[in-house]
Amino acid sequence: MTSLDPRIVRLLLAVGAPVLALGAAFAITSLVLLVAGDPVGEVWSTILSPPETRNVVNIINAATVLYLSGVAVAIGFRMNLFNIGVDGQYRVAAFAAAAVAGEAWLPGVLNMVLAVLVAMLAGAIWAGIAGLLRATRGVSEVISTIMLNFIATSVVAFMLRQLAVREEGSNIVSTRPIPEGSRLPGIPFGDLPNLEIYGFVVVAVAVGFGYWFVLNKTRFGFDLRATGRSAPAATASGISVRRMTIATMLLSGAIAGLVGMPLLLGSSYAYGSTFQSGLGFAGIAIALLGRNHPVGIALGALLFAFLDEQSNPLQILVGVSPDIVAITQGVVVLTVVISYEVVRRFGSRLEQRRVAAALATERASGTDDKQEARA
Amino acid sequence: MPEKAKKPEQPGAEPVGDLAVRLRGIGKRFPGVIANDDINIDVRRGTIHAIVGENGAGKSTLMKILYGVQPPDSGTIEIGGKQVSLSSPAEAIAQGVGMVFQHFMLADNLTVAENVVLGAEKLHGIGAGARAEITRISDSYGLGVDPDAMVEDLGVGARQRVEILKVLYRGARVIILDEPTAVLVPQEVDELFGNLRELKAEGLAVLFISHKLDEVLSVADDITVVRRGTTVATVDPSGTTARQLAELMVGSELPQPTREASTVTEEVLLDVRGLTLPTPTGRPLLDDVTFRIHRGEVLGIAGVEGNGQAELVEAIMGMRPGSTGSITVGGRDLSGTSTRERRESGIGYIPEDRHRHGLLLDAPLWENRVLGHQTRRPSVRRGLVDRRAATADTQRIINTYDVRTPGPNVPARALSGGNQQKLIVGREMSGEPTLLIAAHPTRGVDVGAQAAIWDQIRIARREGLAVLLISADLDELIGLSDRIEVVLRGRLVGEFDPTTVTPAQLGSAMTGAGDEPAQESA
Ligand SMILES: Nc1ncnc2c1ncn2[C@@H]1O[C@H](COP(=O)(O)OP(=O)(O)OP(=O)(O)O)[C@@H](O)[C@H]1O
Ligand SMILES: [Mg+2]
Repeated sequence: MTSLDPRIVRLLLAVGAPVLALGAAFAITSLVLLVAGDPVGEVWSTILSPPETRNVVNIINAATVLYLSGVAVAIGFRMNLFNIGVDGQYRVAAFAAAAVAGEAWLPGVLNMVLAVLVAMLAGAIWAGIAGLLRATRGVSEVISTIMLNFIATSVVAFMLRQLAVREEGSNIVSTRPIPEGSRLPGIPFGDLPNLEIYGFVVVAVAVGFGYWFVLNKTRFGFDLRATGRSAPAATASGISVRRMTIATMLLSGAIAGLVGMPLLLGSSYAYGSTFQSGLGFAGIAIALLGRNHPVGIALGALLFAFLDEQSNPLQILVGVSPDIVAITQGVVVLTVVISYEVVRRFGSRLEQRRVAAALATERASGTDDKQEARA
Repeated sequence: MPEKAKKPEQPGAEPVGDLAVRLRGIGKRFPGVIANDDINIDVRRGTIHAIVGENGAGKSTLMKILYGVQPPDSGTIEIGGKQVSLSSPAEAIAQGVGMVFQHFMLADNLTVAENVVLGAEKLHGIGAGARAEITRISDSYGLGVDPDAMVEDLGVGARQRVEILKVLYRGARVIILDEPTAVLVPQEVDELFGNLRELKAEGLAVLFISHKLDEVLSVADDITVVRRGTTVATVDPSGTTARQLAELMVGSELPQPTREASTVTEEVLLDVRGLTLPTPTGRPLLDDVTFRIHRGEVLGIAGVEGNGQAELVEAIMGMRPGSTGSITVGGRDLSGTSTRERRESGIGYIPEDRHRHGLLLDAPLWENRVLGHQTRRPSVRRGLVDRRAATADTQRIINTYDVRTPGPNVPARALSGGNQQKLIVGREMSGEPTLLIAAHPTRGVDVGAQAAIWDQIRIARREGLAVLLISADLDELIGLSDRIEVVLRGRLVGEFDPTTVTPAQLGSAMTGAGDEPAQESA
């Protein structure tokens, strides 16, 4: 193995860790199935069967939403902030956006843009509260964002009652639907009619690129990462840690605000009591799985969406609850942490052996001259 | 010349059983570096054994191997004549090996006794038995440690004694100290050496690393020189001079630093007036500190650690909210400005704790070059980090300051302590600062690099750099400063002329002993 090109070795190692993690997660899930006396083979053959076009569309759409959530969490992670509150942030944001867009103050596309801006603003404010508390009062953002999740639930429920319209003959309350002209058209996929990918997928890709660019290329991103690595060193270098804390939470919240947008603008067109929840928590797992890397998060989001979608028919086909994939999803977050560490150690051992071999040959050809030359 | 390390020529060589530690052929590699290569050392019982060598020679790595922190790639360790393999510090302690790291690991808000017992509750319990044992150890080695004192109230020297006590409490017979004297002023060094002599009189073996060769010669029984990962010689201090030692370390002759004519100008660059840092309870950390530094002048601050030096530096850097008084640099009032604005106005800052304030340990060197210079070229252009230029400039620092590293992309953590320090000095000297706040700029660097850093500071001073120099090293203060102020309990208590003052005079002013001008201004 040492004879391979080091670049290929590095690539193999990079791929090795997630593969190892997935394998372990599947093994543990199988164990659970075995213990429960469920048909392990059939469960996996259902989940791992090639998805049909319809399922592919669902997977991509679900992944779009999960991706935004993962990026929102990852922004906080890069600064050692645990934004557990993406869940509350996106719900507040989606509600605010739906309420504003439903009023149709602006025509057509402008109304849609307004909705997105309102969502980002609402998400940012909701997260900013936690940022402010942390920066001024030292309140742990873990605690405050969890509390804000609860508050979000009640606030949104209350406001929904105030604003909501009720469909005839139904118990579902929701905001006024967004007018036709302000909806985001989907991208047709395959040859079946009515199969469309959310138009918002384009925004998600842009967000991913922006995340990578801002964090890795800009001064702001440098400051953010430096603060995450060592707050005292950041302070000594002239970074205001307080200001960075608030800025990071605002940014994380603004992206969290986008999480509900593909759904709102692409399928539900209104915020109602059935609006999808829990997307923020999936984002935490996905950010961990993707190691805060924009591409890694995308793969994690696709994996989660794939498992969700493929497990749907389990109940009907093999009589096993689809919740089994939640175990896989949970376990993979743990195994990924372990397997990255295992692979990292293995990698550094390889590297050491490579260096040693290289130095041994160098030494054979007389390094002593070089040593003296340094003086 | 990987020949076997020479035993010192003592009459009637002891039997091997008298060796506390015997290292043979120890090797250790890191990516891109051979840290240790065929190390052979014999440490006799009842002796103080010093390890000296350049920055990055592999001293700390070797000690970590002996303490079970890192496994060696090759070689054998014998302790008390028995071959052992140590895969964790716990195993090393079980074999009677203890280590005191340069960065102390004590919990501030606990008492001495609690700190000592923490993690070793099984030995003597946590109650009266433990206290009795602590007192017994403290008395028998003359450590003078009060078990009930809070650690946060202790000075550096006392904390170090607590660390040593901790190690002894766990039954260590071999004690490793990595650069124990770097943070101490001369009086504390003498006290420490007194303690070490007590230890050796009781038959313990002490291994210690230092860059201060005079100290090494005065206290050690054997000195092993490590060069580029290999033991090149073990010498007897009585027949050796510091110069010879340095030449063994470097493999060539050392440059001799020379004194230079004064370059002090009339122009005031830093003007500090009435700087006070109150605490909610008790005496202020800084009390009405007033001084000036001119362009081209080096002002040295002498003092025992913990008398307000750190606070003074942080107040000038804008990292201490709540300080009162005025600070002006080049005529510009700095009050109300942020640390970043102060740095942008041309202040370079070498912090006293390089791990805490100076580096992002897990970031590559080039990112550490950017740190503190995020708003200036070459690190950043138009809001974007310029990786290419930052890397090139890091390479320049590596070359100019002789930072021993495989390249600008390795993480800062992979550098030896002294090389980390050289990188920080190089970074803070870049961008032509007008004022350099240097806290212990040569802490942990070897004699050769120390001379090189002094030269760099002198060159910059000639071009008008003003320097606030804080150092525990009195030779450094006297050799580099144009003027020396002594700080005691947050106040400047006396000014000295470095051309006439002796280390002894400075020492007594620092501890408040003797005819102090401290009382008169009260
Ligand atoms: N964790 C690590 N990863 C990679 N390289 C390392 C690591 N630790 C040490 N090294 C390298 O090993 C060499 C020896 O380092 P070591 O810390 O032992 O030096 P040292 O003799 O203690 O120097 P100093 O006097 O500066 O403290 C250095 O080149 C250093 O860069
Ligand atoms: Mg070291």
